[in-house]
Amino acid sequence: MEKFIRHTGVGVPMRHSNVDTDQIIPAVYLKRVSRTGFEDALFAAWRNDESFILNQEPYRSGSVLVAGPDFGTGSSREHAVWALKDYGFKAVLSARFADIFRGNSGKQGLVTGQLAQDDIEQIWKVLENEPGTEVTVDLEQRQVRCADIVAPMEVDEYTRWRLMEGLDDIALTLRHTDDIDDFETSRPSHKPRTLV
Amino acid sequence: MGKTLAEKVWDAHVVRRAEGEPDLLYIDLHLVHEVTSPQAFEGLRLAGRPVRRPDLTLATEDHNTPTLDIDKPIADLTSRTQIETLRRNCAEFGIRLHPLGDVEQGIVHVVGPQLGLTQPGLTVVCGDSHTSTHGAFGALAFGIGTSEVEHVLATQTLPLRPFKTMAINVEGQLRPGTSAKDIILAVIAKIGTGGGQGYVLEYRGEAIRSLSMEARMTICNMSIEAGARAGMIAPDETTFEYIKGRPHAPEGKEWDAALEDWKSLRTDDDAEFDAEVTIDAGALEPFVTWGTNPGQGLPLSAAVPDPDSFADESARAAARRALQYMDLEPGTPLRDIPVDTVFIGSCTNGRIEDLRAAAAVVKGRRKADGVRVLVVPGSHRVREQAEREGLDAIFTEFGAEWRHAGCSMCLGMNPDQLAPGERSASTSNRNFEGRQGKGGRTHLVSPLVAAATGVRGTLSSPADLEPATPTR
Repeated sequence: MEKFIRHTGVGVPMRHSNVDTDQIIPAVYLKRVSRTGFEDALFAAWRNDESFILNQEPYRSGSVLVAGPDFGTGSSREHAVWALKDYGFKAVLSARFADIFRGNSGKQGLVTGQLAQDDIEQIWKVLENEPGTEVTVDLEQRQVRCADIVAPMEVDEYTRWRLMEGLDDIALTLRHTDDIDDFETSRPSHKPRTLV
Repeated sequence: MGKTLAEKVWDAHVVRRAEGEPDLLYIDLHLVHEVTSPQAFEGLRLAGRPVRRPDLTLATEDHNTPTLDIDKPIADLTSRTQIETLRRNCAEFGIRLHPLGDVEQGIVHVVGPQLGLTQPGLTVVCGDSHTSTHGAFGALAFGIGTSEVEHVLATQTLPLRPFKTMAINVEGQLRPGTSAKDIILAVIAKIGTGGGQGYVLEYRGEAIRSLSMEARMTICNMSIEAGARAGMIAPDETTFEYIKGRPHAPEGKEWDAALEDWKSLRTDDDAEFDAEVTIDAGALEPFVTWGTNPGQGLPLSAAVPDPDSFADESARAAARRALQYMDLEPGTPLRDIPVDTVFIGSCTNGRIEDLRAAAAVVKGRRKADGVRVLVVPGSHRVREQAEREGLDAIFTEFGAEWRHAGCSMCLGMNPDQLAPGERSASTSNRNFEGRQGKGGRTHLVSPLVAAATGVRGTLSSPADLEPATPTR
């Protein structure tokens, strides 16, 4: 996985709350068996509307999504993260994220920075008044900067470390195979097995 | 200080704990389906990794599967490819699969409990957010993404931060015409779609204790709609009775040992929850959603709300947007909203008791003109059971379509979809924009309300119906 220290790119103000993963990527796109090429599927239904933010310059080429609270609710589909990444987003900022979406993002190197809603509102105003303004997401400093706004950003410490080191979760766990072997010897024998 | 049920199950599965790191948690049961697994298997192949415990893994086909003509090749090529990919992956990695047409095929969250694989005290995961269903047995069960699916396949563990715990006390007793679905819709409306974020919910109280296992599954199923990754109910005699004798239930001495373990799975009297919420089941009416997230719900006797009546700006904006999408006017009585389609099914309400409840309402009646009624059993076994009881005949005489098992119109990955602008009363779990088909509008309801709505053609409860006239 690519290391993430900080990123600066055009911010996209998305004033929706409760952006569920069905909106981020509708189910019809989940039939694919590949892990790449989902950029066309991102917000597919909303992109049919000309006034949708990603249909407008310069937001079209944005890489930092600044969204309303409860982003990524609903379905566990990691395709939502792949679609955001494939489109070119490096980070999503929101006052609240759904747990599964946030976990999926961390596995894929998409930063989910939690900001105070007041800071989100300030950043929205800047991005709407000065379209094309860049936002810096600084994982090292746990900070978001936009124009003269400097906002503290909450990220899970372990995920932050892993993203900054660019480490793959499975490889990290496989270092502890002995612990897993030990645990398995003490599992009760009445636990079910699928193969009989 | 004592422990909560969730903490007990968590602590019994910690493989490794280290300062500053998430706990490494052992996974007892990994359920797999065709949509969220192909990229995980591909990851294993690329890294040259095997599946660590195929004997703790089970796959079924559900999201994409057609509910008609299941003996013919799947017409949609991309769906067919995804199904065939699962079949190849299961064969290659030695995983048991129940494919379309198999007697054990069905929605993954209906199949696990039905086989007796879902048991108290287990950790259960699946690449599907409604894995919370299995918490009804006192298991810690939650949905995961595809990277985590790959992680569990490779290691049978997951690195996880401990959850906080929230008690949902459901006091009193449900009144006739209300059901488990109304409890959970009311809970979500109360705490909101983000209210459970970071928590495991434990449903407790008199009303919960009185519910059947299937009703408990309905409640735990929708925990994710309140933002909680998992919901749990302490196992009791109802639970043990349900499991006993199922194909994968322990037997003999193993049963006795299991039972002893299971009986310890309850929140200690001196344990403390991080948060507590109480609702009175006795005060509930049938609940329906009016908006585009599951928290936007009201009693059926209410009217479409005025967006300006909400306290904060974000809720006002969400309500305005939802009413525009749903094409609803503030002040319209919910009972006056006409629907085009009624969908009875899904992992929320596709089990035999749900079908019995709906059939009891529609028996001897004809559906309203112009309304399409789709009845989709949650599994092949449920379908067989319903046919043994003659429910299929009741539904078809009513004018409903009796289908094969799968996720179907809950998310419209197969041909069962709403057309743009169409409106449904649906026993499923999500009323998101376009969830049941692009441009489709969804009202979430219980099986009782779905059935009554099929009769009248507008959102209704059984109490709104004239007595049925005997047809023969």
